[in-house]
Amino acid sequence: MRTGWPTQLAQLILVLGLAPLLTGVTRKVRARLLRRRGASVVQPYRDLLKLIRKEVVVAENASWLFRAAPYVIFATTWVAAALVPTFATGLPLGAAADLIVIVALLGTARFMLALAGLDVGTSFGGIGSSREMMFASLAEPAMLMAVFTLSLFAGSTELSSISAFMLGPRAGLSISVALALVALIIVALGENARIPVDNPATHLELTMVHEAMILEYSGRHLAVIEAAAFVKLLLYLSLIACVFVPWGTAVAGAGLFGYALGLGLYAGKLALLGFLLSVFETAIAKMRVFRVPEFLGVALMLGLLGTMLLFVSRAPH
Amino acid sequence: MLRALFAELSPLATHRGWPRVAVDADTWRAIGEALREGKLDLLAEWGDAGAVHCALYEPATRGVQIATIAAHEGRAPSLAVFHAPASRLERALADLYGIEVVGLPDQRAWLDHGRWPVRAPLAAQPRPASASASPAYRFLEAQGPGLHQVPVGPVHAGIIEPGHFRFTASGETVVRLEERLGYTHKGIEKSIVGRSVNDAARLAARVSGDSTVAYSFAFARAIEAALDSSPPPRALWLRAVMAELERIANHLGDIGAICNDASFAMLHAECGILRERTLRACARAFGHRLMMDRIVPGGVTTDLTADGEKEIGALCTRLTREFPELIELYDNTASLQDRTVGTGIVSTRLAAAFAAPGYVGRASSRLFDARVHLPYPPYDVAPLEIAVRHEGDVDARVWVRILEVQRSVLWLQSALGALPGGPVRLALPAATAESTESTAVVEGFRGDILTYVRIGAGQLIERCHLRDPSWLSWPLLEAAIEGNILADFPLCNKSFNCSYSGHDL
Repeated sequence: MRTGWPTQLAQLILVLGLAPLLTGVTRKVRARLLRRRGASVVQPYRDLLKLIRKEVVVAENASWLFRAAPYVIFATTWVAAALVPTFATGLPLGAAADLIVIVALLGTARFMLALAGLDVGTSFGGIGSSREMMFASLAEPAMLMAVFTLSLFAGSTELSSISAFMLGPRAGLSISVALALVALIIVALGENARIPVDNPATHLELTMVHEAMILEYSGRHLAVIEAAAFVKLLLYLSLIACVFVPWGTAVAGAGLFGYALGLGLYAGKLALLGFLLSVFETAIAKMRVFRVPEFLGVALMLGLLGTMLLFVSRAPH
Repeated sequence: MLRALFAELSPLATHRGWPRVAVDADTWRAIGEALREGKLDLLAEWGDAGAVHCALYEPATRGVQIATIAAHEGRAPSLAVFHAPASRLERALADLYGIEVVGLPDQRAWLDHGRWPVRAPLAAQPRPASASASPAYRFLEAQGPGLHQVPVGPVHAGIIEPGHFRFTASGETVVRLEERLGYTHKGIEKSIVGRSVNDAARLAARVSGDSTVAYSFAFARAIEAALDSSPPPRALWLRAVMAELERIANHLGDIGAICNDASFAMLHAECGILRERTLRACARAFGHRLMMDRIVPGGVTTDLTADGEKEIGALCTRLTREFPELIELYDNTASLQDRTVGTGIVSTRLAAAFAAPGYVGRASSRLFDARVHLPYPPYDVAPLEIAVRHEGDVDARVWVRILEVQRSVLWLQSALGALPGGPVRLALPAATAESTESTAVVEGFRGDILTYVRIGAGQLIERCHLRDPSWLSWPLLEAAIEGNILADFPLCNKSFNCSYSGHDL
């Protein structure tokens, strides 16, 4: 346990510090794929700094909720991200908070964001919130089903245990886990407002989802929300890395070399996943809004199938 | 139909080119009925001092006729009462000339938002603007349970021109869209009066920047026809070369932008590269990327050198090599096709009734291209094949553009080998004592641009009307979006790509 808390603290700082870079890298890769030079990978940090320094403009009819929401969104997302083992497992907070807590924290953040979108009473905020909730009604159960599949497979809802189980000899290849992976990827695309569900770079008011809800935000409020969005992307990629490619993650008491290796491998995994995300986003157009529930419905069905398969295949024992 | 209506009336001697006749209220009514029955197309309707003109096209005979009705005591009968597409044109001429259009079903102001310093600025005696604030604009209603309004614009989140869109939606489905335009009104038709021909040509070239060649072309043709002058043959060909280059550049930009609105950024980037190559070739061949002010009444200002010819030839070669790959990408990307196919359909009936210009009309089976159906030199001796699709959706409008790019490239390649020699500009003849007038139609990339010019003593412009094709396609956008979802509006809007500036004038 002695190494636990320093690791947990390092993890808290790491996810926050690394998240803008990850977004910067995905933007850079996308720009290069589109034969543009692209902004520097540290541009998201500069954007955050710029926004923090700027004056906050709040709509006249905004309530306290509008002002409080950014901080709640940021705090819940940050805590959720800190619960996912990144470069080392055995996080002390992990024992208290499992995968289901992560889903709940993200749900809280989404709830606040949707409320904030409605709070000012502009039509775009309303459209954004309504679409977000439409998507969420499928994305959240899909996420939960994927979580259940993994938990049943590994016999635990705690991420460190799942990660350790995946490394162990009893894991092997499983159709259920593959289904859960696909479900998780689909949910990750939807939750992070990526193409084909939403376009993080759009300027078209009528097609926005995430951007529509935060249209009225400015200054440090916007900075905090943007930072939460960066952290959320990092969270999902970390989650996928932690569960499906757990190799090299340092275990408690691994020693300095073990931690350094874990850190290096983690950075490599993130970079690879970010690259794949950009390639995927470049190769596909955005869906019609009403196609998105079908898309997320696929994730839900895959999660459900994964869970059922586990029960069916274990029945004789 | 035109003959039946106008055979007994003698054309006015002052109007050169297509005939113009003065008609009475009965004939005006007969025109309205012919428009309603679809026997004639309304190309334009515009005001004048104490009169209202309309330009009619008969698809069966490819004839064009201008008809004029006098506005007695500031009142003229309406065509919109028979033929809805005339509505906005009549609302605009009422705003500009203070003519009361009797019977016009929609009496709301159109271009005049109540913020001009005067009212009826083009009338002989403009009225001072009323001191009291003008009444709020009343948008058309849609009633039903759960309907809500979504106002969009006039200031948009992107860098585009200003225009207001009022959506009434049921959830995501659009029940009604109403446009409100006029935010970029610059008073061009007022400002152009009294200018010399060359001065006016510069102003006409700036009505809508992306169509500067087409506007200069249309204006020059109207002036030359009014003055009975003909530019040298080489100038005629160079004009068409510029017009086709403009069309290629704009269509490439549009195809990319439409795909970008479906968040398929790759085609946007690739088309952007080809468009940039086109503009650079234009800059090297004609000394200006957009070829602004290169066409003037009397000819063109810049001759095409042998090097310039090579530049354009190289561009054509590049386009024939690289563009097909992009078409294949467009056609084979299922996720993109899913967005464009079946979205924003304009029915064949509406396209015909509104005389839908350019790709909007041709994507909905309307067989009209001014280069083919009202051919002007050099297209009369070097014809193009018209590009038509029948589906009327976003995909069809993209395909018409794709086909037009390809055909323009082919046309350029054959034209470059056939350019006549000789001078490129002649002096215009001196003006006659009496005023003369003419109307010209030129096919810009958006569709047919109609220009009416009356030129008086000292070669000064007395009246100039520049009708952007967007006047006829903007109303169709309202019809195209009906029953679609809100999130598909940007895609539909971009596939129309109407001009705000050209419309608001």
